[in-house]
Amino acid sequence: MAKKQYAFYPGCSSQKGATASNFLTSLDVVVQKLDLQLNEIPDWNCCGASIGYAEGGELPRLVINARNLAIAEKELPGQDMVSGCPACWLATRETHERLAEHANLLAETNVALKEAGLNLNNTVRARHMTEVLIEDIGWDAMKAPVVKPLDHLKIAGYVGCQTNRPFGIAGESFENPKYLDKMIETVGAEAVKYDQKVTCCGGALAFSEPDKSQKQIRDIVEAAYDGGADLIVTPCQLCQANVEVYQSEINKKHGTKLNMPVVYYTQLMSIAYGGTAQQAGLDGQVIKADKLAAIAKK
Amino acid sequence: MADNKFAAYICSGCGIGDVLNVGALEKIAQKEGKMAMVKSHPFLCNAEGVQMIRDDVANEGVTHLCIAACSRRAKAEAFSFPTAAVARANLREGVIWVVAEGSDHDEIRQEMAEDYVRMGCAEVKKMIVPGGNVKESSSKRILVVGGGISGMTAALAAADAGYEVVIVEKSAALGGFARNLLKRVPFSGPYAEPQATGVEEMAARIGTHPRIKAHLNSTVAKTAGAPGRFQISVAQESGAVTEETVGAVVQATGFTTYDIARLPELGGGQANVVDQAGLEAMAKQANGGAIKRADGKEVKSVVFVQCAGQRDTTGTHLAYCSGHCCATSIKQAMYFKDQNPDIDTVVMYQDLRVPGMGEDFYRSAQQKGVIFTKGKAGKVSGGDNCKVEFRDLILDEDTAADADLVVLATGQVPNAGVDLDVWTEINTKAEGGDEAAKQQRRDLEATSVLKLAYRQGPDMPQFKYGFADSHFICFPYETRRTGIYATGPVRRPMDMLQAQEDATGAALKAIQAVENAQQGRAAHPRAWDLSFPKARLEGCTQCKRCTVECPFGAIDEDEKRFPLFNEERCRRCGTCMGACPVRVISFENYSCDTVGSQIKAVNVPDEFEEKPRILILACENDAYPALDMAGIQRITYSAFVRAIPVRCLGSVNTIWITDALNSGYDGVMMMGCKKGDDYQCHFVKGSEMAHYRMSKIGDTLKQLGLEPERVQTQEVAITDNARVARLINEYVEQINEIGPSPMKGFG
Amino acid sequence: MTTNANSANQNALARYKNNFLKEVEANVEDGHMVKMCMQCGVCAGSCPLGPAWQHSPQKIFMMIRAGKREEVLGSDSMWMCTSCYNCIVRCPRQLPITHIMHGLANYAHRLDLAPKGQPTREIAKLFWDNLVKTGRVNELKFSLAMYFKDGFGQGVKNAMAMQATGLGLLKAKRLNPMELVGGHKCKDIGGFRKMVAKAREIEDRRRGLA
Repeated sequence: MAKKQYAFYPGCSSQKGATASNFLTSLDVVVQKLDLQLNEIPDWNCCGASIGYAEGGELPRLVINARNLAIAEKELPGQDMVSGCPACWLATRETHERLAEHANLLAETNVALKEAGLNLNNTVRARHMTEVLIEDIGWDAMKAPVVKPLDHLKIAGYVGCQTNRPFGIAGESFENPKYLDKMIETVGAEAVKYDQKVTCCGGALAFSEPDKSQKQIRDIVEAAYDGGADLIVTPCQLCQANVEVYQSEINKKHGTKLNMPVVYYTQLMSIAYGGTAQQAGLDGQVIKADKLAAIAKK
Repeated sequence: MADNKFAAYICSGCGIGDVLNVGALEKIAQKEGKMAMVKSHPFLCNAEGVQMIRDDVANEGVTHLCIAACSRRAKAEAFSFPTAAVARANLREGVIWVVAEGSDHDEIRQEMAEDYVRMGCAEVKKMIVPGGNVKESSSKRILVVGGGISGMTAALAAADAGYEVVIVEKSAALGGFARNLLKRVPFSGPYAEPQATGVEEMAARIGTHPRIKAHLNSTVAKTAGAPGRFQISVAQESGAVTEETVGAVVQATGFTTYDIARLPELGGGQANVVDQAGLEAMAKQANGGAIKRADGKEVKSVVFVQCAGQRDTTGTHLAYCSGHCCATSIKQAMYFKDQNPDIDTVVMYQDLRVPGMGEDFYRSAQQKGVIFTKGKAGKVSGGDNCKVEFRDLILDEDTAADADLVVLATGQVPNAGVDLDVWTEINTKAEGGDEAAKQQRRDLEATSVLKLAYRQGPDMPQFKYGFADSHFICFPYETRRTGIYATGPVRRPMDMLQAQEDATGAALKAIQAVENAQQGRAAHPRAWDLSFPKARLEGCTQCKRCTVECPFGAIDEDEKRFPLFNEERCRRCGTCMGACPVRVISFENYSCDTVGSQIKAVNVPDEFEEKPRILILACENDAYPALDMAGIQRITYSAFVRAIPVRCLGSVNTIWITDALNSGYDGVMMMGCKKGDDYQCHFVKGSEMAHYRMSKIGDTLKQLGLEPERVQTQEVAITDNARVARLINEYVEQINEIGPSPMKGFG
Repeated sequence: MTTNANSANQNALARYKNNFLKEVEANVEDGHMVKMCMQCGVCAGSCPLGPAWQHSPQKIFMMIRAGKREEVLGSDSMWMCTSCYNCIVRCPRQLPITHIMHGLANYAHRLDLAPKGQPTREIAKLFWDNLVKTGRVNELKFSLAMYFKDGFGQGVKNAMAMQATGLGLLKAKRLNPMELVGGHKCKDIGGFRKMVAKAREIEDRRRGLA
């Protein structure tokens, strides 16, 4: 069977040496086992993230995302764009939808794109990697390559915000999406019940409002502990970074002993599919996911 | 009496035969129940079982049946034998499903079943099949009082259904309040724009309808009679009087706007402060052009103050929400915005209430740029530059808005005629010969809408806030004046669409009343009921309790001051029967005897057996179904109780209580519906009357040397299935603590 | 206030007189939806940083309708938005509240009426500047710029405070010191910058900010 082809938008944080580089590492095994082919969009640029609004305004933000869509449309025709990062996906999908809805904005966008020698017909669909796995690959195919089921591992599926809102995965609820729990179960682990599944980690305000963000993060991690979780899994790059790296800060300020590993769903899949700890990017954990690494060694 | 033949049929299906000794029950029916024929069947309600009974009725001359099987509420169709009197002994829901399982309870379970068989046999022996009273001459015409939206809708609905309609309208034209509107709120999708009222089309249809006769410039001068035979005098402005005979009346007399002069704090009475009706007049005059104030200035900014003199908690103004005013203000704000989008229009609300699809209409106004401010207006000043001082309820601050015009959204005041409480007080004085009161009574009666020639007063009773009567919880169109139905804003505050739906319902109630009157049946809610109260006048002491206590004003007095029953007004609740101290009122199939004989048929064990007997008189509308539901859910209760369904607690005659206590029962428990202002009684006052009568039973108990706890009255709702079981068990416990009745053995 | 921002502000005041709602509708992303708010308050109750807001979105909408221009644009509130989109998905009237908050923040920032030194405002600007420079975000430069935004002394303190975090990331190979000298960027950075400049020019012209 021919491999499924996608125009891949890795995003800034997944680049080598960036905060979410281990996501990209772990994605390799998943892509191989599931027969996907990710074709990186040539010369892609930043999506502007959510925080870009203040200086960027509306049109410049739409335009920078339109550039990626325009390149994909031209260089990788017929392929859906897929992104691993919810912020990239959200910004791109929002651009695609808003330009589809407002002809005047699309016209203005194309005036700006012309400066970079580009034009957009707005034909490319922007999707998130979890969407592709669920809708194009399917649960059975996702389960098939599992050779090391993550038995006895209790995992808090932390969906967070932007993978879930405002678009989310079709058919899922905003208040209690179930797909991440199902992914956890698909690789043989147990999804624990806890009450902070879709709580905001503070997002970009982790930088500007550290106390307020860290309160959010503490609530999330403590809820995962209360639910009996061994580790947290998330589909979001910013969630992963915020929830993992600020635990030591919180401990320092509040005398807590938070030490909860936070990994990507792709890292779970990578290990379950027989990948090594290194292939799963586990060396990239600030808080070591020892229980997961132990399964890789089995 | 023609040859009566009594038969009992005992079903052993549904597990009855598994836990009860059916053979013993047969013997009881034969020996104690004195049934000429007793049969049992393993599946009585199936085709074969029913055919067996039918054959006995047809071939064996059986006239009276005691069916000992399930509750009378179950299998009513299968066990319907119209020519025979039928009593039902409830062995399933009443015994085997509610008595705890196990052989420990075999004895008391069997005793309970045997008593119910005895009771069923005793009851049926006292029953007569009611014949009804078919009246060929009964009128099926319908009178509609009021020619507004509600009245026109009711008239057209009834006429289109084939009934002749007489419509009486006070003014010179049909249309009512709606005639003065520029447009109405939309009734159908997309609920975005004001629509033409449609009043002219309706009026035109009425004008040409072959079955509608309209009296304009006319009022009702007299309403006498009963369903099927109302005599109406229609008085024209000119003084001419026309007599009309109708079968039912729809009162659609609408509302009057609350007088803004009573709202001086909101600028009522000042220049450029108008109510919604005032704004309609301005908009009609502008006819699509710029809306101008009285001084000719074009309105460039307008503030609508919602809930003006409504939802008032101080007792000064209307306490209720009139329901339509938010949507009406939205519509009126659109008059401005549609004419000129630059006009500042602010709707100042506390809670925006737009029922139905009004939310879409609200959104449409927001799209048009109408500003909605959540605020409470404190003071409005009129004049050239109006000012609305208000509390911003979101920003929590006192602030003010300027405007060229202020519109006060005032409420609906029902045109319900005479307040009977006031009338009764004056009438009592007038009857006592007070001349001033007689004049007051005349003045008051001049304001009556229906001018009813009823001893209860000239209009129907008023419900909350002066709105016309309504059985709000079960039968909203029904009033305490059978055959007379209030509809539209006279019944409760409502908008045009609601009024149209309401009026259609009222037309259907009127049709039901005329049809049932002709067939000699109760109008409603016992719409199948052919029985009717009959009085043995030779025993009557003319105490007037029946006439006073009848919740529906069905009983008048004849010239000799004996009760005179207006059969067609009667709802068959039996409150008169419960009221009668000499027990001369009865129904053919429901009487002091049918119940009394059941009470006496129960086998009351002596005090040494430690088996108390408690009589339950349960209202068949709510309490008895709740007891059945307890059975259906297998909620157990004491096997020491014996339950008898009654039509309404109002029909409970105190003789039943004294009979029961004299027979050695240890307690009597009455279960009826909620009484009071938010009553749930099907017959409005029945349960209240029962509570009242029981409050007076203390003396009787004292005379008998009995504790007051031996009679208990409970309010029970149809959903109280678990609670009835608990109430019973608690009461049995209480009675056990008091000890056995000292009356045992004397009965 | 910069001269540009000041004149833009004066222009807006002259153009919309006292009608702040109209100004918002014309100049703020999704501002035309402000009038559709029905004041239920679900947004206020759904915001993760709700308690930190000076005025909830519900109040902001009411203030816009009440013409409280200075108070709205000078509010700290919109800068508390974490972009969690909870308000958007819960709003029964489907107001794109997150977008409107972003739009208001952007408009206030561009008119220079937003609170001075507001930390989110500052990092948001740094982020965008960083982005426009290379086409991609350089995390290390962005972080360093943030630490030193309040001057060298405070920067060292900030950096020291976050040292453990930084070292953790460094050890995990998720923070690359080489980014300082080279790092990721778009190849067609010239075209990218021209494109962004054009977009801004169009939008500014439309909003009278040019």
